[in-house]
Amino acid sequence: MAKKFEKPKMVPVPSHSIVPERDLGKLPVLECQHLGIDFGGLTAVNEFNITIGPSEIAGLIGPNGAGKTTVFNLLTKVYQPTRGTILLNGKDTHGMNTAQVNQAGIARTFQNIRLFNNLSVEDNVKIGLHNQIRYPMWDGILRLPKYWKQEKLAHESALELLSIFGMQDLASHEAGSLPYGAQRRLEIVRALATNPSLLLLDEPAAGMNPSETAELMENIVKIRDTFHIAIMLIEHDMSLVMGICEGICVLNFGQIIAKGTAEEIQANPKVIEAYLGSQKKGGGKR
Amino acid sequence: MKQLTPSRKKLVNNSITYGIVIIAYIIIQILNAGGMISPAIQGQLVPICAYITMAISLNLVVGFSGELSLGHAGFMSVGAFSGVVVSLSLQQAIPSGPVRLAVAMLVGAVLAGLAGFIVGVPVLRLQGDYLAIVTLAFGEIIKNIINILYVGVDENGLRFSIANEMALGLGEGGRAILKGPMGVTTNVKLSSFTAGFILVLIALTVVLNLVNSRAGRAVMALRDNRIAAESVGIQVTKYKLMAFVTSAVLAGAAGALYAMNYSSIAAKKFDFNTSILVLVFVVLGGLGNIRGSIVAAAFLTVLPEFLRKLNLDQYRMLVYAIVLILVMLATNNESSRIFFSSLRQKLFGSFKRKGGAR
Repeated sequence: MAKKFEKPKMVPVPSHSIVPERDLGKLPVLECQHLGIDFGGLTAVNEFNITIGPSEIAGLIGPNGAGKTTVFNLLTKVYQPTRGTILLNGKDTHGMNTAQVNQAGIARTFQNIRLFNNLSVEDNVKIGLHNQIRYPMWDGILRLPKYWKQEKLAHESALELLSIFGMQDLASHEAGSLPYGAQRRLEIVRALATNPSLLLLDEPAAGMNPSETAELMENIVKIRDTFHIAIMLIEHDMSLVMGICEGICVLNFGQIIAKGTAEEIQANPKVIEAYLGSQKKGGGKR
Repeated sequence: MKQLTPSRKKLVNNSITYGIVIIAYIIIQILNAGGMISPAIQGQLVPICAYITMAISLNLVVGFSGELSLGHAGFMSVGAFSGVVVSLSLQQAIPSGPVRLAVAMLVGAVLAGLAGFIVGVPVLRLQGDYLAIVTLAFGEIIKNIINILYVGVDENGLRFSIANEMALGLGEGGRAILKGPMGVTTNVKLSSFTAGFILVLIALTVVLNLVNSRAGRAVMALRDNRIAAESVGIQVTKYKLMAFVTSAVLAGAAGALYAMNYSSIAAKKFDFNTSILVLVFVVLGGLGNIRGSIVAAAFLTVLPEFLRKLNLDQYRMLVYAIVLILVMLATNNESSRIFFSSLRQKLFGSFKRKGGAR
């Protein structure tokens, strides 16, 4: 891949930072400046400014239709932004496509699960390892020694990654036949296989019961600590968001209306009005 | 029954596919030696091998890459005519028939691959129906180009013209090989059933090994979910193009083999109908099922001859169509599938259904 021309680093706009103290002074894994997108005349996301530290767990919340998933799609270049800059580890991702952004370090899961349903669980993870364990096409067709060596490595790495969620016994199952929760977990494993520096989780706890959610929370923290990555998640389950997110960003009608720690967000009158206030009781949106 | 790991299961499955091809070859050779094969079927042996190779290669695009290509006969045509030109112009240089056939097939494969690359680069940026339409147009364009192309050879090498035979300006001892709409009329038959068998084995090895490797997984990932595949860092165009070109290369070799089985061959043989015929083999055998493609190609090539023998000559194409419809219904209908699998279970006990070459 050709190295893109690197723009001079922009002066960070102050007061964007919701970075936890230990990450202050380190190069942020993600920095969005004035990010926005229009669909025709509709402005879906506007003036999205955020900074995420290299070991932060950040939350992105907001009412339905606020533009949360659109932000993820902008970061991964499923949509090309109309305005603004995305700096990933200090590097401008301008002009990159989805695959290149992934190689640069962003991996994601999807709100509506997108697995390779006809392939086995192991193959799903191996596809995630596509750019990590490589060999030329010819070695595969002619079954040269490099093929066997790299395939063995891929097999072992896939099982090791699956063991994060204790899924190594499911390796031979067809991905589409897994129960819902396991499919969500497999998506996370596949994303981790691409060796990201920032993992985007789109509603990881959707459809999970409270005990599964508690387990997921533990696992998210564990993943952050073992892989030394930053995690940004969209979630409606407030117990999860308030429980593990160090910085929370609230989106409404495509605009950031509040940023801060869990306590600050819960006390913010704007948030209560726009988001929690729409429900009689605060908390669960579902 | 012992549970098999997926890689072991794939190995067993692939071995069965190879086994079927090898055993079929041996049986036909034995029957042939005993003179038990009618000349009509004998004449079909090489075309069957060519069609099997075509079906295997098209399955890579339609079944594994998930792109509908309607111009596969175009690549066959490129391979066929470049192969014939090479074979006839190297008649003195390479006296040995099998070697010349191999060289012709190789050149046909490379040129078809090149055509695949040129078509693929712009076309694979399109999706779905658009891709089908453009490949369809490509097949027709190739047919029409070869229809007006004159190629001759003399001591100065190859000469090309799109006007007429005279415009080639051939020198002393020169001769025209490809004569526009007449096609090739002075071909030397070089193809043999053994050459076809080897080509089928090569195509089988290439496709089966490819789909069970890193590149093949990337291709199938793009088929199953393009957005997810991109999100894990797979470059769409690169892998779609790889599958398309590999498929074109194999089709080119099959075309050269096919053409070398006849003393005269014209461009109109490789028209839209041929593309559709190969697509029928693939769909009937099952998308992504290589063994199915092989069986379907062999069966449907022999079927018309077989019906002719049964004195159903007038109804030949009618029966052919009915058989097609029935097989499609039987293999793609959920309730009939359940019926067949329960039947199988009764017959073979706990013998599990094998999912083809996936």
